[in-house]
Amino acid sequence: MTAPVIGASIRRKEDHRFITGQGRYTDDINRHGQTHAYFVRSPHAHAKLRGVDTSAARAAKGVVGVLTGADLAADKLGGLICGWMITSKDGTPMKAGAHPALAVDTVRYVGDHIAIVIAETYGQAKDAAELVKVEYEELPPVVDPAKAQSDATQVHAEAPRNTIYQWEIGNKPETEAAFAKAAQIVKLDLTNNRLIPNAMEPRACVGEYDDATSGYTLYVTSQNPHVARLVMSAFIGIAPEHKLRVVAPDVGGGFGSKIFIYAEEVVCTWASKKVRRPVKWTAERSESFLSDAHGRDHVTHAELALDADAKMLGLRVKTIANLGAYMSTFSSSVPTYLYGTLLSGQYDLSAIYAEVDAVYTNTAPVDAYRGAGRPEATYVIERIVEEAARQLKLDPVAFRRKNFVRKFPHQTPVIMNYDAGDYDASLDAALKLADYAGFPARKAAAKAQGKLRGLGFSTYIEACGLAPSAAVGSLGAGVGLWESAEVRVTPTGGVEVFTGAHSHGQGHETTFAQVVAGRLGIPMENVEIIHGDTNSVQFGMGTYGSRAAVGLTAVSRALDKIEAKAKKIAAHVLEASAADIVFENGEFKVAGTDRKLAFHEVALNAYVAHKFPTSEIEPGLKESVFHDPTNFTFPAGTHICEVEIDPDTGVTTIVSFTAVDDFGNVINPMIVEGQVQGGIAQGIGQALLEHGVYDKDSGQLITGSYMDYTMPRADDLPSYKLGFTVTPCPSNPLGMKGCGEAGAIASPAAVMNAVTDALGVKEFNMPATPSRVWAAIHRTRAAAE
Amino acid sequence: MYQFQYFRPKSLDEARKLYENNGDAKFLAGGQTLIPTLKQRLAQPTALIDLGGIAMSGIKVAGGVVTIGAGTKHFDVATSADVKGTIPALAHLAGHIGDPAVRHMGTLGGSIANNDPAADYPAAALGLGATIKTTSRSINADDFFTGMFETALEEGEIVTEVSFPVPEKAAYMKFPNPASRYAMVGVFVAKTKTGVRVAVTGAASSVFRESAMEAALAKSFTPDAVAGIKVSPANMNGDLHGTAEYRAHLVTVMAKRAVAAAIA
Repeated sequence: MTAPVIGASIRRKEDHRFITGQGRYTDDINRHGQTHAYFVRSPHAHAKLRGVDTSAARAAKGVVGVLTGADLAADKLGGLICGWMITSKDGTPMKAGAHPALAVDTVRYVGDHIAIVIAETYGQAKDAAELVKVEYEELPPVVDPAKAQSDATQVHAEAPRNTIYQWEIGNKPETEAAFAKAAQIVKLDLTNNRLIPNAMEPRACVGEYDDATSGYTLYVTSQNPHVARLVMSAFIGIAPEHKLRVVAPDVGGGFGSKIFIYAEEVVCTWASKKVRRPVKWTAERSESFLSDAHGRDHVTHAELALDADAKMLGLRVKTIANLGAYMSTFSSSVPTYLYGTLLSGQYDLSAIYAEVDAVYTNTAPVDAYRGAGRPEATYVIERIVEEAARQLKLDPVAFRRKNFVRKFPHQTPVIMNYDAGDYDASLDAALKLADYAGFPARKAAAKAQGKLRGLGFSTYIEACGLAPSAAVGSLGAGVGLWESAEVRVTPTGGVEVFTGAHSHGQGHETTFAQVVAGRLGIPMENVEIIHGDTNSVQFGMGTYGSRAAVGLTAVSRALDKIEAKAKKIAAHVLEASAADIVFENGEFKVAGTDRKLAFHEVALNAYVAHKFPTSEIEPGLKESVFHDPTNFTFPAGTHICEVEIDPDTGVTTIVSFTAVDDFGNVINPMIVEGQVQGGIAQGIGQALLEHGVYDKDSGQLITGSYMDYTMPRADDLPSYKLGFTVTPCPSNPLGMKGCGEAGAIASPAAVMNAVTDALGVKEFNMPATPSRVWAAIHRTRAAAE
Repeated sequence: MYQFQYFRPKSLDEARKLYENNGDAKFLAGGQTLIPTLKQRLAQPTALIDLGGIAMSGIKVAGGVVTIGAGTKHFDVATSADVKGTIPALAHLAGHIGDPAVRHMGTLGGSIANNDPAADYPAAALGLGATIKTTSRSINADDFFTGMFETALEEGEIVTEVSFPVPEKAAYMKFPNPASRYAMVGVFVAKTKTGVRVAVTGAASSVFRESAMEAALAKSFTPDAVAGIKVSPANMNGDLHGTAEYRAHLVTVMAKRAVAAAIA
């Protein structure tokens, strides 16, 4: 038997069913007696509801029920919640407005939910929805985060000046002192453009009430079904947890947008009891654009203080973060603890002070999106570092090296304690892969062809796994961020692993099985990874924040327990001392003898229970672990982007993209490369193509379809040059870090540093579309003439 | 989409009668604009009259003219040896409309009858001085495209075929909208027996001829002849993807590149 080992590029077990069309997604699930729902949504960005008349809709053909915010209120259901309390610098708690699942008196963004229409067919529900008469009193909207605090429009009465919190991090006096003695101060204004997630599978749900058990089942496109159940039970009050089963089957991409508990799934679950029929809803793509939680949307001013020797002394950052019309589930944490804590980058910076104002606007809620706060932090630090090198006329590599952290552990002024890393190693490898030395010649050759070449770096660090539960609790998190694993060995030696992590593209069914098979010395096909159903897995925190390393550590620790118990059983069967039993290559051996038992033989003995004293050892072979990480993991690396710009059209072509990442020990290099590739695609999408835009006067989403929202396509992207360096993570037994978000975190800064290098401009915001690039060239040339 | 009656006539005569007898009927060709419009509930015709059952497709070359049936799919034009051998610019244009799915469904007649301001075929029809044959008459391309989504077609009139005179040289250069990949600016240049024609799509409310460029190219059919011609942004479209100034600038750039391709 060739044991699949950790570190092998094993093909993904799950791909057979995906590629052959046998995936089972939420919309594939059809329940007996199922009805179909359509949501009446606000066409206005901001309006008072003067009346919602559902009588004609209720009388329409096929309609089973029409329910509104008044019905929700009558049943005393709670609103949607934000689960992370942020405290402002003046000590006051964040100021959150109510977030009813169906609007009661006010609608606050285009797409806000007003009523659910439930009918025998989807077409009937949609037809009847047009008969719901809503009387609006339109109010002026505010959409620009930079103007939200001074605008006359008040999105929520609870948040004066539309300000949810004014948060700070770092050491202000030290930072002021650093700036006071600085030889040079570099300043930069940046925006981090709003992105719309666009998972391939739109959000969907089926709510079902079973009168026989008085229990509910919700099938839903979720990255964390247990958290959804907890929130819907404890805060919204649909049913107690033991009467609510949440199933997240195959999920076709999330990128964060399916972490959150949305109005639609709450309402469909609740409504299934009202109409005594299962209720299904699947978003149309237009609804995804309008109502999936968006990402990013920051406006930032940053300043970097340097001494005469180009050593960084301090960093000052002021950011306004747009959270949209309501606070989504984890929205408050994204521009604070997932952002401010990463502002030290790879640099030895003793003084950092950052302030973040979070604001309400009449736009879709903004929450975590691939990288969540860390791309925004990396964008700030890596853009200003590159700009500083240019102003100091230093090579950006030399300038970075002068300031790298090299001693570990390293305590930053912004909470994080970097445990391990070698930033020079990934930089060196990347410089070689990118042929940095050859760049001046390539730039000259491009110039001879009338093209503008530029090169940009991003030496990034990020933090994954989210984090010791007590630590996040002290920072305001409403939940812990541990993960669970239960390993059940069957009597014939098969292994079922129940994990609270959820797989929606990450390939857990393969990588988790690799860890188990490699560890137990059994074939991959003997291992089944089970996730995504609150009836199967006791509890789990789900997948986001590149945190599967936490889940894998839980699995690894459960395997420790399995091995320990199996050794005891093997000792009895082999009539040896437990201390003499060694476990290798799937066999339990008595050291120094030829007496041995295969793993499956020990499993059978565990369940037969004939040959060991059950007063000392319980029959069976099943162990579980709730693993709480002791630190974040800190992936880091270097991305180098080389672009060529056609000055005639403003088209930016990425001629070369290099990424060398340190993810610690890698379980499956092929899957990790895939994660990096996808992440970079999204990062390049943000830098060059994607932009969620609202009309500033009407509050309408201008980029509400693929006619106007530019998704990255294969021909927008180069073939990447990828490499890995390894410093094992000291805080988990497998030495691994997270890899899911690094590409999206690191790459936008590299691309924009390359674009600004090519253009010779300082301030230039994403996305670098042809029209905006051409306008910048045009401005520069007009100024020169 | 809303409910409608669906008809698939076998003849143009039958199609005309169905149109006359149904209050708010629409003709359906390849459906690449109409079907998404219906799905979005942005149109509510009482009946769809599918022209796909009428024999109107095919490509003929005779007497220096390429005649293409209105029902001919973009893919068939793009891959036709006859078109490639006579007007390669037209095959190239057809091969860059939408994506493969669109090219296997969309038709020449549907495209020009719809006259989307960012569609490609109107540039070829106008740039080559094509003649559009309908159920009742023949219309010069110069008279056919009358405004945004507007043509000279009368109620119930159906395009049956389009005749493209074979030019001496021609090329089409498109700058696609980054999101939709429709033409943000597309320029079709042709040196024909009757003179040079330059047709621009995507930039304004409807396809138009750029007469200053035509005059310059008539004197010298070279990229340099148009390189210095500045197009006024006054009537250009402006939106998220490009200002009117940018589109006006792109007309010159694309014209220059189209001429370069035509003489290459």
